Amino acid sequence: MSTTTLTPTPTPTRRNRLSKGRLPRWAIPAVGLAALILGAAGSTLGGFSVASFLIYAALLFVVGATLATTAVEGRRQGTNSFFKYLVVGAFLLALIPLVSVLYTVLERGLPGMTSDFLFHSMNGMTGAVDNETVAAGTPVLGGAYHAVVGTLLITLCSTVISVPVGMLAAIYLVEYGQGKMLSRGITFFVDVMTGIPSIVAGLFAAALFGLMFGPSTRMGIVAAVALSVLMIPTVVRSTEEMLKIVPNELREASYALGVRKWRTITKVVIPTAISGIASGVTLAIARVIGETAPILVTAGLANSINFNVFSNWMATLPTFIYYQILNPTSPTNIDPSAQRAWAAALLLIIMVMVLNLGARLIARIFSPKTGR
Amino acid sequence: MTTNALTKPGGSGRTGDKVFSTASMAAGILILVTLFAVALFLFLQAIPAFTADPAEVSGGKGFLSYIWPIVIGTVIAAAIAIVLATPVGLGVALFISHYAPRRLAAPLGYVIDLLAAIPSVIYGIWGYLVLAPVLVPGYEWLNANLGFIPLFGGPVSQTGKTMLTAGIVLAVMVLPIITSLSREIFLQTPGLHEEAALALGATRWEMIRMSVLPFARAGIISAVMLGLGRALGETMAVALVLSTGNLIPSLIKSGNQTIAAEIALNFPEAFGLRMSELIAAGLVLFIITLAVNMVARWIISRHQEFSGAN
Repeated sequence: MSTTTLTPTPTPTRRNRLSKGRLPRWAIPAVGLAALILGAAGSTLGGFSVASFLIYAALLFVVGATLATTAVEGRRQGTNSFFKYLVVGAFLLALIPLVSVLYTVLERGLPGMTSDFLFHSMNGMTGAVDNETVAAGTPVLGGAYHAVVGTLLITLCSTVISVPVGMLAAIYLVEYGQGKMLSRGITFFVDVMTGIPSIVAGLFAAALFGLMFGPSTRMGIVAAVALSVLMIPTVVRSTEEMLKIVPNELREASYALGVRKWRTITKVVIPTAISGIASGVTLAIARVIGETAPILVTAGLANSINFNVFSNWMATLPTFIYYQILNPTSPTNIDPSAQRAWAAALLLIIMVMVLNLGARLIARIFSPKTGR
Repeated sequence: MTTNALTKPGGSGRTGDKVFSTASMAAGILILVTLFAVALFLFLQAIPAFTADPAEVSGGKGFLSYIWPIVIGTVIAAAIAIVLATPVGLGVALFISHYAPRRLAAPLGYVIDLLAAIPSVIYGIWGYLVLAPVLVPGYEWLNANLGFIPLFGGPVSQTGKTMLTAGIVLAVMVLPIITSLSREIFLQTPGLHEEAALALGATRWEMIRMSVLPFARAGIISAVMLGLGRALGETMAVALVLSTGNLIPSLIKSGNQTIAAEIALNFPEAFGLRMSELIAAGLVLFIITLAVNMVARWIISRHQEFSGAN
């Protein structure tokens, strides 16, 4: 036991040794306030606008706070705070488009979210109908029910195709194929496939089915195949990354207990990585559910409801949005079409959000408890 | 006497092992076959465009002079997107993994995932109807102050439907890809490395530079490459946002075109030689993305020691 006597604490009038050479607490808010004032002044000089004010103020704040920290606390702390402000600034910057997109979609989409929109198709809706509703001021008719059905069916089909293939391929890559020629080839070409532009995947599926069932075959399953081409590499890559970071010690422990390889994979490796895999699959679904280009060339555009993915044209929400904006139902009165498009956009975002939330819950339920 | 499970010949699960390894190998081979089919098909369908009489190809000067401007347009759009999105995306990833309060990190991660989940067509109509008009004053400022650089040459598009707008929309779409992938990698940095750096007195930024970034380098590159792949092939946002035209140096004037948007806008009405041309354009796009991915692969393979499976 040490018996050193502690030196008496310094009197409150003197500054604490530990806080010497540090900026006082009020300094950074003061710099912020000064940056706001100077920014307002600077932007007023060249005609005031909110954008230029924020840009000036942010620049002044980062420079001012960095200089203040450098002067008092030294160069290392100055660099540290400079990057801190940059990182926080990057995050705030990234929020601007997100907030803007969500706000716009909510603001313009909510008025169109009527039961008519949700439970009716565009069957029989012509420009004349839109012109009449605008002239009479009655609610917009016609909806996206057929597109919702198409989106759900096509996405479900492509998920059913891609997830087993993608996960098995990833398992092969990580667990069986280490160092083999085939495995290296697959890894390489999965990367190549990740870069396949969505429209090229659409062209491929259309051509494949065109060969088998005659030219310009357009139906839901063709679109599902096109989307699978896009989805499989995403699933493989994310699953592979997640399987790779499962510590080898876990596998070795399992083998040491005499557990077979496939039981080790299904009972040890995959459960450990399942949260990452689920989030990867979600990102994959989120990517394909909003794909427009492949649908344009594979499923066409329908105005009526079609529950059968194996016959006839099918609409999806993205193509519905695209055509309602680019080719409004009534070229002279585009407002009803715009309203339907934004409502469909809102619906699509809600679907994606529900998917994301669901996957996150699954990930949380299945994820192993870690120390972090 | 009870049979011992350990010594029983052909013990339980041997079939399972065989089935499982065969199925997983078959899945891998299926991917190779699919990719080969895509490439083969594009090539076969594109042949007429290569062999056709130059006068019959769109533009009347042969396939190369038809494809060249839109290849450059594609590269410009993707370059703008990557230049804008990479620093911001990495910043956001660092913010979520190392700066945000631990309690907030997960919800903030979800917010960024949401950005990734917003479909491209919604970004397209947002860029077309909301963003483009807002950017016009900014373009006028750029033209007035930096107009001597050809990139910002006038006259400024009054609708804002320009290459720079398309690039910004693409950057927004690419950002969450870069962020979510690099965030995952940042979070995997061994805690001991970080703690060791902090214990040596490193500031937070020094800790990130010394332990997080070296660990994540390969992951960051693959994230950026994935973002580039998406930016190159993105169709709908460009088709809706860009007011297309001939290849011009100015980014704030109407004009330019990308391959993917060219295909999407023209394919529905195309037939015969025009269809072959568009498929050939698709093939060119495919080859460009192939080249990008090969470079990425090469870079990543040099840093394999950072991979977790060792």
